[in-house]
Amino acid sequence: MLRRTFLGLLGAAGASVALPVSATAGGKKFGPHPDTKGVLFDATRCIGCRKCELACNEVNELPAPDMPFDDLTVLETRRRTDEKTYTVVNKYQGKTGPVFRKSQCNHCLEPACASACFVKAFKKEPNGAVTYDASVCVGCRYCMVACPFSIPAYEYDEPLTPRVMKCTMCAPRLAEGKLPGCVEKCPKEALTFGPRAELIKIARERINTYPERYVDHVYGEHEMGGTSWMYISGEPFSEIGLREDLGTQSAPELTAGALAAVPIVVGLWPVLLGGIYAVTQRNAKIANDERVAAVKDALKRAGEKAEQKLHEELGKAEQNSQRRIEVEVKKAVEEALAPKAEDAETNEEES
Amino acid sequence: MSVDTTMAEKRSLFTPFNIIAGIILIAGLIVTVMRFTVGLGAVTNLDQNNPWGIWIGFDLMCGVALAAGGYTTSAACYVFGLKKFHSGVRPAILTAFLGYALVVFALHYDVGRPWRLPYPIFVQQGTTSLLFEVGLCVFLYLTVLFIEFTPALFEWLGMKKIRNVVVKLTLALTIFGVVLSTLHQSSLGALFTIVPSKLHPLWYSQYLPVFFFVSSICAGLSMVIFEGTLSHKPMHHLMDEEYLSNHDGLVLGFAKAASLVLFGYFSIKLIGLAYDNNWHYLTTGYGAWYLVEMLGFVALPSFLYAIGVRDKNITLIKWAAGLTVLGIVVNRFNISMIAFNYQLPSAERYFPSWGEITISLFVVTIGVLVFRFITTRMPIFYVHPDYKDEH
Ligand code: SF4
Ligand code: SF4
Repeated sequence: MLRRTFLGLLGAAGASVALPVSATAGGKKFGPHPDTKGVLFDATRCIGCRKCELACNEVNELPAPDMPFDDLTVLETRRRTDEKTYTVVNKYQGKTGPVFRKSQCNHCLEPACASACFVKAFKKEPNGAVTYDASVCVGCRYCMVACPFSIPAYEYDEPLTPRVMKCTMCAPRLAEGKLPGCVEKCPKEALTFGPRAELIKIARERINTYPERYVDHVYGEHEMGGTSWMYISGEPFSEIGLREDLGTQSAPELTAGALAAVPIVVGLWPVLLGGIYAVTQRNAKIANDERVAAVKDALKRAGEKAEQKLHEELGKAEQNSQRRIEVEVKKAVEEALAPKAEDAETNEEES
Repeated sequence: MSVDTTMAEKRSLFTPFNIIAGIILIAGLIVTVMRFTVGLGAVTNLDQNNPWGIWIGFDLMCGVALAAGGYTTSAACYVFGLKKFHSGVRPAILTAFLGYALVVFALHYDVGRPWRLPYPIFVQQGTTSLLFEVGLCVFLYLTVLFIEFTPALFEWLGMKKIRNVVVKLTLALTIFGVVLSTLHQSSLGALFTIVPSKLHPLWYSQYLPVFFFVSSICAGLSMVIFEGTLSHKPMHHLMDEEYLSNHDGLVLGFAKAASLVLFGYFSIKLIGLAYDNNWHYLTTGYGAWYLVEMLGFVALPSFLYAIGVRDKNITLIKWAAGLTVLGIVVNRFNISMIAFNYQLPSAERYFPSWGEITISLFVVTIGVLVFRFITTRMPIFYVHPDYKDEH
């Protein structure tokens, strides 16, 4: 009992410490909002009538399609969302016949597009919708690179004002208390709108009531950290074009490591480099000091030598001058004595 | 040599180089007009599944990696105190500055609304985005490189006072430059950590930022050697005694470093492979290509560099440098295009259009022309006579 409380406390402390830390490390500000709404798509109910596509086109005032919405032959080729279509229905071959799946933005709980956008053009709204603001978008298309479901599309033919186009979960209609266009129009109730938590319950109920009809998995409950748009199906999800290898890590978690390295580098590098610089400077200084000392020494020795030489020279010079004086004196003495000698000679001659 | 070039310049403008450059410039201008009147769709093969092509893969990814010579050389010289590399700093800084300037220039073609490029910094900051980090660092580093380059400019213009002020900032600028380079070289790799589902497992790794940073050092060192080789002939008459006499020493020193760093890079790539336990992919087609990259463009040049240094064989070193530079291009192409979207059927894969190739050539040509313009006028390969006795 005591141990359990202690562990429980520890866990709580850990969580309260870990939560804000991981939130700042990942820089995630999206987080699932308690009253996040969503849509549940039931592949066993969809009949591929394309009514949702029509509704979406009308509600969002998108350009007219190449082929009318009641032309079901388009289902023969695989399509994806593009700048003129926020949603498409594709046909897949199931075990007992064709299966249809609608695709559109999944309105991730922690959207890769929003975490990737460097001007925050994408926003996860409290009601669950992931919306886009064209008035700041630079058009770098990193959101398209980042989205694991390859949903955002781009107006490549707009030379100066291209936008990123994707389903908005009809955020403007939600604000008026209306249903998303596609959900309202679906004749088979393949789409259910509601609080996300409710939808998961509904999905589980259907799976539990008809276990033979459904795969036991709610796609989107955990994929990529969870999505607002979820799917249940009788076919394996990979058979109806939903990747099952995405993992449960959200986009911000995937990039958290790299982002967390930033402050480390900013904090550590200058210190490290400064240290290396100091060491190299010190080495250089030691080398320099040694050189200076050597030069001084050499100079000193050279000086001593020079002095000695000077001394010698001086000595020599002294000797020289000494000798010259001696010679001079001798000469002078000789000169002085010479007349006397002459005198003596003459004297001798005279006497 | 020097007589030759000056005579050629006097003789006529229509040298083969100028003619080819002229054609590329004209073609580039035509595509430019199309890009900004008809849109990206008309001149590129980009589509909804492949939003990034060679303008990102080559102009940005490779451009930034190959401009890494700037921070590597100035760090070696000023931080690590290898003063004998001093004469290599200015060419490297100039190359890096032009490289980054061209990256930013090329981005104007790729992004949808180029005049909003300052938005992420000045209007609304998407701090959760690794692209924000790239953008901010590139912006700051471009400024740093410009300041680092200005002494040459001021010497040319004879503005001594301000030149001396800037020179005093060298160490601070160098350290700031290394920090910024570390960040954005690695965050270019980190851009792809968000797409484990789209990038082939052999290239995807949580270590991508580290891989990009370390390989950028190889790229920087090799680019300095490679670019020295390229400018040697046409610029020889501009290079002074000091530059020329130090050049071989610089090449040897850089080759030694490059050999080691390439070896280190090879090792950490192996660790990455082992960590994710991706060995079984090696037997697939992508695996074969991965091995070509790792053995042919990492292990081989590392080995060639080592032999070149041992034998003091400058020619071999230059080949190793060329191979490494090519290897960096291969690596950045793999990550941004070839191994990206590997899950798509081949019909939906991307291949560059002529328009995209033209613009990439256009950008490179402008770079070469500006480099030539500056080096023939400013003290880049030689010490300005007024400052002969410094350092
Ligand atoms: S599905 Fe794609 S576009 Fe929609 S919210 Fe998720 S990441 Fe963004
Ligand atoms: S294209 Fe626009 S919305 Fe998408 S990441 Fe870039 S700036 Fe953000």
